[in-house]
Order: sequence, then structure tokens, then C-alpha cells
Amino acid sequence: MQRRLQNINYLDLVLWLIRVSIIVIVVWGSIATLSDNPYSGRNWIDFIVFGIAQGSMYALIAIGYTLVYGVLFMINFAHGEFFMSGVMTATVFVAGPLSASGYLDRQPVISLLLILAVSMLTSVGVAVLTERIAYRPLRKAPRLVPLITAIGASFFLQYTFRGLYGSEVKPFPQVEALSGKIPFLGTELLESQLVVIIATVIMLVGLYLFVMRTKTGKAIRAVAEDKDVAALMGIDVDRTISITFALGAAMAGAAGVLYALVFRQVHFFMGFLPGLKAFTAAVLGGIGSIPGAAIGGLFLGIFESVGPPLFLDGLNVPAYHQLKDVIAFTMLVLILIFRPQGIIGERLAEKKA
Amino acid sequence: MNILTAKNVTKRFGGLVAVSGLNIDLAQGSIVSIIGPNGAGKTTFFNCVTGFYKVDEGEIIFDGNLLNHKSTDLITRMGISRTYQNIRLFANMTAIENILVGEHPHLKTFWAEAIFRTPRFLKEEKDAEAEARRLLRYVGLAGLGDSLARNLPYGAQRRLEIARALASRPKLLLLDEPTAGMNPNESAEMMRFIKNLRDDLGITILLIEHDMRVVMGISEHIHVLDFGQKIAEGTPKEIQRNPRVIEAYLGRGAASGLEAEGVSATV
Amino acid sequence: MNPEKKFTLRDAVNQGLIAGLITSLISMVGMVELFSKRQLIANLMTTAQVFILLAPALLSYQSARKSAKNNALASGAVTGFFASIPIIVLVLLASAFDLRQFLVNVSPNLISTLTFGQGPVVGSLILVAINTLIGLLAAILHQLDEKIRNPILTGLLWTLLVGMFSEILQERLRAFFGISFTNLIIRSKALQPTVAVILLVGITAIAYFWGQRGASFSERIANQSATQRRNMIIAQRVAFFVLLLAMPLLLGTYLSEVVNNVGIYVLMGLGLNIVVGFAGLLDLGYVAFFAIGAYVMAILTSEGFLGVAQTSFWVALPVSVITAVAAGIFLGTPVLRMRGDYLAIVTLGFGEIIRIMANSDLLKPFIGGAQGVLQIPKPSFFGTSLIQPGQLYYVVLGGVLLAWFVSTRLSNSRLGRQWMAMREDEDVAEAMGINLVNTKLLAFAIGAGFSGLSGAIYASKLTSIFPHSFNLLISINVLSLIIVGGMGSLPGVVIGSLILVGLPELLREFAEFRLWMYGALLIVMMLAKPEGFWPSAITKRELHAHDESIPIEEPAAAD
Repeated sequence: MQRRLQNINYLDLVLWLIRVSIIVIVVWGSIATLSDNPYSGRNWIDFIVFGIAQGSMYALIAIGYTLVYGVLFMINFAHGEFFMSGVMTATVFVAGPLSASGYLDRQPVISLLLILAVSMLTSVGVAVLTERIAYRPLRKAPRLVPLITAIGASFFLQYTFRGLYGSEVKPFPQVEALSGKIPFLGTELLESQLVVIIATVIMLVGLYLFVMRTKTGKAIRAVAEDKDVAALMGIDVDRTISITFALGAAMAGAAGVLYALVFRQVHFFMGFLPGLKAFTAAVLGGIGSIPGAAIGGLFLGIFESVGPPLFLDGLNVPAYHQLKDVIAFTMLVLILIFRPQGIIGERLAEKKA
Repeated sequence: MNILTAKNVTKRFGGLVAVSGLNIDLAQGSIVSIIGPNGAGKTTFFNCVTGFYKVDEGEIIFDGNLLNHKSTDLITRMGISRTYQNIRLFANMTAIENILVGEHPHLKTFWAEAIFRTPRFLKEEKDAEAEARRLLRYVGLAGLGDSLARNLPYGAQRRLEIARALASRPKLLLLDEPTAGMNPNESAEMMRFIKNLRDDLGITILLIEHDMRVVMGISEHIHVLDFGQKIAEGTPKEIQRNPRVIEAYLGRGAASGLEAEGVSATV
Repeated sequence: MNPEKKFTLRDAVNQGLIAGLITSLISMVGMVELFSKRQLIANLMTTAQVFILLAPALLSYQSARKSAKNNALASGAVTGFFASIPIIVLVLLASAFDLRQFLVNVSPNLISTLTFGQGPVVGSLILVAINTLIGLLAAILHQLDEKIRNPILTGLLWTLLVGMFSEILQERLRAFFGISFTNLIIRSKALQPTVAVILLVGITAIAYFWGQRGASFSERIANQSATQRRNMIIAQRVAFFVLLLAMPLLLGTYLSEVVNNVGIYVLMGLGLNIVVGFAGLLDLGYVAFFAIGAYVMAILTSEGFLGVAQTSFWVALPVSVITAVAAGIFLGTPVLRMRGDYLAIVTLGFGEIIRIMANSDLLKPFIGGAQGVLQIPKPSFFGTSLIQPGQLYYVVLGGVLLAWFVSTRLSNSRLGRQWMAMREDEDVAEAMGINLVNTKLLAFAIGAGFSGLSGAIYASKLTSIFPHSFNLLISINVLSLIIVGGMGSLPGVVIGSLILVGLPELLREFAEFRLWMYGALLIVMMLAKPEGFWPSAITKRELHAHDESIPIEEPAAAD
């Protein structure tokens, strides 16, 4: 026992203190909130459904981080900007005019598909260009170099689109067909949230099948495993990496449209927070794993939606909703410190990040 | 007297047992080799001794102290120093800077003294630099002190790595394949060099080596590992005649047929 | 680019189109229009025109460089010609449709700037002509002998810079020489054409003769005796310090204010340089310590209702620094086991958490929430309140000199070597007996201390602080300036701060595009010059590890 005590160093002590204090806050807060019982069951269901919808978007964006990290071991800091660029462009060039001409309400399905297509294509274009110009020449550079480049790319893209479309918040038109509510378990679901969830499931399953079943998907997995060997097997590594970026960006572009459907506004800075949170989701699920990204996204979405009222309300934190992002960031920090391999995965655990 | 004692050391990675129940005793001032096929757990054992891996079972005792839960830097301060199989110099630092980093464990000044350039600090820096130049001369690299480590030729890098390890004034030096990639002449020279290290400085040396000429030439004692377990130990003569060793190296059946022809000497 | 690959006509055309697209992008995001009011040379040339012609000129130069000697001129001209095509497309589209409802910056004013005010058709022709001419000139410039080319480039660069800053120059010249003399040189914030020509020719000539005589000059220095050389170095240093001390007198109020802002960033940069440049730990939450320093100063000295002690600046200063150091150790501890990019993200998370908390109602009773802390007094010195920027300058200067001194001394010590070794290979460093926990924490703590000092001075300089002044962008800003200057290089921090903080303050138009430029700069620097403009010896070695053509190098210089 004495020997044990001797071997506890300063670092372990601090880490244990952090663990304990977080657990105390969470448990104490939850008990306090639940005993006060300020929310009804319907409230909680609303929180959870909103969390799932929000989490779906995180999941879609997280795919991009996971795929790119899988092949390049690089955190593509600019990924949130791919998400922003697509939906901004689609809003300005497609959704706005379609709504003004009334076509959006006459043909909502065709219109939405058009918006989705433009958003995804723009995101893909921006991503492929960014990869080609900013990342590809740096494949062999020390690891921090691509990360710094990605940070640069992120700000460059943000302010480019700010310059192109203006700095103000732009409204995304209300789609009449999706403004209804559906009764569910004694509460009502917004149709738009339902669309988000269904669309996400379709996209994720499609992507998973693509990566697992097609030849291109195999090439991506081969490159993720070992670039040199993949090249020896006749795989065009550069092209495969481009495709990986494109796939991730396509998902981000789609997520952008879903985001706009729910929050009904777009903005040049909108990519930053969802991007960071989606990265959290990717790490949460185990970066490099596609199902992990999906699960991590959902988990984070629900946690972020349920967390503030559950943990903080009972502690009498004033205006606890202000701290919603703190919960997400705390989660990011804790996961990276305590379980960098993610909550479910063992893959890529100790790649010496 | 034993300077290092490993008792029943076991290290697992998931399901794989890299080192299993290993017992090794190292007499003070001896030169001892660990040999064995690739993946036998030799480097893993080095990593356990230096604290880079935590041992799952067993004990490692150095100079009367238990090493098991000590951190790597502390173990180095206690007097164990090592080199690496694939040379790991600080490639973008000069040769002298590399050695100066190695001297770190016995430099005493507090960092704030550097800001005020206290006389103690200036003297220590001057002495450290002189010591580094001396070590550089000792390993035969005089005059190359200001070149970057990565620009040195391969053999010189190996020597610089040893000089860096010596700079911490170790009692025990772990050498991981010191002659890897060298031609017979260079190997022979390295062999003499290692022998001198022990004879001049009295440092105990434990080495991993594949070149049997080197192993048989300088070791006083040899431990043979296979699949994480020790399959034999003894003097070079005994090991050369040991059928289990020959089997491990050449496969089953080879032992009976080849032993007589003296192939074992060149395994 | 593969040197063996032949540079074809197609490549020249592509280069041209890329140049045109770059120019179109610069136009569409609004840079060109913004600068169309800023004249470089009175009634002759605006900064916007420089922006329009910059990309075609650079890429034509590239084309000339890459193509075979005998058709270099043709390549340059072709590139220049094709550079005009995308711009013309933009001009024609914008005059045919109202693009402005989509792209807010494609305004009639922009189109008129792009076409030199001549209408779409004539303007397009002018564009073609000018671009081709510029391409040709760039190619000719490339064909000139290096001895002539470099002085010309120097002359061009300096004339452009003087032109860009003529507004400030005008103010300074007036202060020293009076209005009538100033009007001869600069009128309505732009250089007089004759002065521009004189400048261009003069600087080119000086640069030329310096190039000719420079070699013999430095030879003469090398031939001096040791004492002579030492005397010269001492003389240089004394002159430099006198200049530093006299700065506010030369610069006047406005420029002193700018220099103070630069100084605040230099101080932060020196701190982050220890963390990122020396120890190799990429910290994106660095602003947190700046904020902590500022808030401690604010709360201790404020005369408003949030102030708790109303202490003097000089008492609060060490407290701020110590608090920041403690925070550095506190926030540094949990991330000690992390490396590289994960560390970057976690520290970013910390920075954001602190900003959101500062902004929240939770801490409002203590630090004011979004309303911030007001009524912070300026520092006073023996009874004189340092209200003027020129007075505050000395406080900033003191901080910078202190940080500089500590950085230099530490980098040349055992701790400096420990950091360097840790940056090179953490595992081996540990196996050399280096305690990683202490070494990393020292880097975090000292870096945080400098940042806290910077924050404290910042708070009392501004007299009120708000949480939104402490966002991620500050961290990015500081990181950018370190990278632009050169990681691990102390003069680099100053150069970086001058370029990234000083320039945008002097050219107010930049403010809006500051981060756009930073982003572009980070990318370009990483691609083309990862060691920065004033690299430290170490970083240079590291980043050029793969060009094995470098023979054994000279030993590293002292700093």
C-alpha cells in the first residue's frame, strides 16, 4: 500500500481530481434537477428529439473528419468551412430565388433536391480545391505544418465567403411542406426535424455501403491502412485522397442544408462551432471509424441538448443555456485527455497523436 | 555483485505475450548479450528496463532499487542509459548539443540561474561543453561537434548515440544492435570500442545483437530469447553447442544435422 | 514543378487563367473596391490597381522563369494576356446581369475600377493591353541580370510601400517640416508623381551600388580586429537603444499608439514562441492567459463597482503575471500527455470554455459578463498618469525587453536544450533523463506569464475590457505572427507583429480583410516559406531536412 502511494505522481493526482470533480458536478446537478422536477416528460422528449436532430448533423459533418483523419492522420480544421460554403452558396443562388418566385412551395421536393445538389457540389468543389492547393504539397511535411495550413484555410474560406455573400445573417426560406408537426408519444415532432433524421440515416447508410462495398471504397480503406503499399497495388493515392475529401465534403454539404432547414438561417461563421463539435463527435466515437462518427454525433447532440437542463439547472446556474457550448467543449477536452481512442473504438488508439 | 536483476518479468500487449517470465542477472562490470530471432522480445525487455513500458508481472531491480514503477527519466538518472536499434538522435541538433542533452541528469543549476547568468551557471555550462567535446573525442568524432546529427555518416551517428548515452554517466549501458548495418571492419572496430568502454570506464554493458561474430567475440555471458521466453543462457561456448538455440535459429531438425559441421558458430 | 518537364504554351495559358481567377476573387470579395479610394501616386495610380495587376505580374514572372530562355518573353506576355480573360468575363457578366443580389461586392464601382472607368467594352480592351504589357514587363525583368533585377525590385517595393503609407508619412512630414514642404512630396494622401519617380530611381540606384560595393564593405568589416569589431557592435547596440527610447518623439501620438498595439502582440508572441517555437507544443488557447492577465489587472485596479482593491498598476502587475503563470500550470497539467494536433484542439477547447464562462451570467457578479469591467485607470509613474500613448510606450517597451531578455537567456541554457530535445523526440528526451512534466509545465508557465503581462498592460491601456476581446481570433493572430516571422525566432516575432498587426492598423481598409489575409498568409507561408521571414537557425534546419543537398552547416548562431 505504501509503495502504491509513493508511485502516485502529480499528474495522476490532477487527472483524478478532474475526474472526481466532473462526476460530482454531474451527479449532484442531476439529482438536484430531478428532485426539483421543473420539466415534464414531454420536455425531456423534446430535448432528446432535438438532440437527435442536432446530433444527426454532427454525425454527417463528423464523417469528413473521420475519413480524412483515416487517410492522412490530419485534423482538417477547415472542414467546418466546407459545411458553411455549400449551404451559403445554395441559399444565395438557389433557395433565395426559388422562394422569391414561389417555386419552392409549388415543388418543394424538386426544389429541396436542387438545393441539396448545389450545396453538396459546392462543398465538394471547395474541398477538392483546398486539398489540391493547400494540403497536397505538404504530405511529407512535419505534422504540425498541415494543421497550421488547415487553420489558415479555415479562416481564408470563412472570410472569402463573407466577402462574396456579405457578413449579415441570411434567412433560409421556410418550406411550407415541412412546417407541420406530427404527434409522437404525447408530444409533437417538427416535420423538419424528422426529415433531418431520416435524411441522415439514408446518407450514412449509403456512405457506409459505398466505403465497404465499392472498389473506390476499398481503395480508400487501403490508403488508410498504408499509403505506400496501396500505391504499390496500383491505387492512385492522390486521387483516392481527393475522393475522400470529396465524400466528406458531400456529407458536410448535405448537413448544411439540414442545418438550414432546422435553424432557417445561414451565416459565414456558421461552420466554426458545428465543425468543432463534429470533430468532438468524431473523437468521441473513435476517430477513423464511420459508425463511430455516427454514434459520437448522436451522443454529443443528445448530451448537449439534455445536459444543460439536467446538470446545470439543479445547481441554480443562471441562464444555463449560455453554457451549452461549455458542455460540448468540456466533453471534447475530457475525451481527448482521458480516452483519445473514443468511447467505443479501440482503432487508431495510440497512433501517437 | 549483480547490478541488474530481472525476476520473472512478463509484458503483454493485449493477447500477445511479448516477454514471459524472464529472469536475467547481470554481474557488475560484465558484457552480456541478449540474442534471439526477430520478435523474440529483446527490445521489449529493454523498454521494460528503461521504464518506457510498464512491466505486467515480475520485478526489475537495479543497484538495489526496484525499477517497476519508476518513470523513464528517473531510471536514467539512476544510471541506466541506452541506444536505439534505429538510431534516434536529435537529428536537427548538432553533435555537441546532442551530447549536452545527454549530460542533463548531472547538471545542477536551476533554470532561473540561466536568466541571471550566475557564476555557477556559467561554470557549469563551460564544464558541460568541455565534457561534451571530450566525449566526442573519445568516440572518435573530434572536430564534428558542430555538424548536425543528421548530416553525419551512419557509423558516426551510431558513435554519437553512444556518446550521448555515456554523457549521462551510466552504470549500465543498454546497446540495441550497435553494429546493425555495419560492414565487418566497422563491426570489429565497434566491438573493440565496446570492450574498451567496459575496461576503461567500468560500465556494465547489455547488448542486443544479431551479428554472431560480435556476440561471440565480446560477450561473457549470453541469454537467448525466443517467443518472449529464455530458452538458453551461458557462455558463448555453451550457447554455440546448445541444440535448442540452433533449433530456434534454423528450425526443427536442423539441430541434429548441422551441429557437427560447426555451422552454429556463424548462425 | 518538375524541372525537366517542358514548359509549354498551355502552361503559360493556365498560369494566366489562374492569375485572372485570383484577381477576380480578390475583386469579388471586395478588396479591390475597398482600396480604390487609396491613391498611391496622386491622380495616377491607386492601391486597388496594384492589387489587380499583382497576380498577373507575379505569375507572368513565374512563366518566364519556368520556360526556355528563348521564349521567356512570349510566355510572360501570353500569361499576362490570358490573365485578363477571367477578369473580362467578370466585367461582362456584371454589366449584363445584376450580380449584386448574389455577390454583394460586385458593385458598379468595382466594375468601373476594373475597367479604369472606361465602360465594359473599352475597359476590357484596356485590361487586355495592360495585362499583356505587365506580363511582358515581368518577363523582361526576369531576363535581366540579377545585379540589375534585384535593385529594380527593391526600388519598386519601397516605392509601393511609401505610396501606401503616404497618409501617415504626410502627417509626420508636416509635424517636422511644415505644410508647404510636405505638399511638394505628398498631396492629398498620395505621392506626387515626380517624387515617385525620384524614389524609384533613387532607391534602385542605391540598391545597385550597395550590391556592387556591399561585398567589399563586409570584407572590410571581416578584416577588422576583434576589439574594433566589438566596439562596433557596442556602438550599434547603443544606437539601437537610443532609437528605441526616442521612438515616441519621432512617431507622434497616432503612430505611438500603433506601436503600442504591436508591442502588446510582440509580448504575447514572445510567450507563445516559447510554447510553440521552443517547446513545440501547439497551443491554440493561448488567449486564455492574456484574458486572465487582463481580468486580474482590471478587477484589482478598477475604480468601477467591480473593482475589489483599487490597487495601483504596479502592484496589480505582478499579481496578474503570477495568476497567469498559475493558470498556465493548471491548464497545462491535464494536457501533458498529449501531442501535436490533439494538444492543439484541447487547448482551443480550454480557450473557448474560458471565453464563454467570462461571457456568461454565472460569473457576471465577479467579472461583469458581457458588459465587461470598466473604469480601469491607466498606469501612473511617480505621480504622473501615463495617459499619452507615447508615455505608455515605455511600459510596453519594458515588458517586451524583459520577455526578450528572458527568452534569449533561456534558449541558450540547459532548459532551452531540453525544450529543443523534447520538440525533436519526446520519448528519447525522456530517456535522456529529462522530466517531461516539468519541462512542459515550465514552457506553459513562462509563456502564460508573458501573455498575462501583456494582458495586464492591455487592460490598463484600454481602461475597459470585454470578454469578446478575448476570442479565438487572438490566438490565431498570435500564432500567425509567430509563423510569419519564423517559429522559435525572437526577431521573427517582431517582424511578424509589424506585418500582421502594424500594417492593418496603418491601412484601415485592411481591418475587414485582416483574417482573410492571415488565412492566406498562413497557407502561403506553409507552402513556400515554412521557416518564416526571419527564421531561427533551428527551424530552418528542421524544415529543410529533406533537401539533403545542404552540406554540413555552420554552427547555430547565438540566437
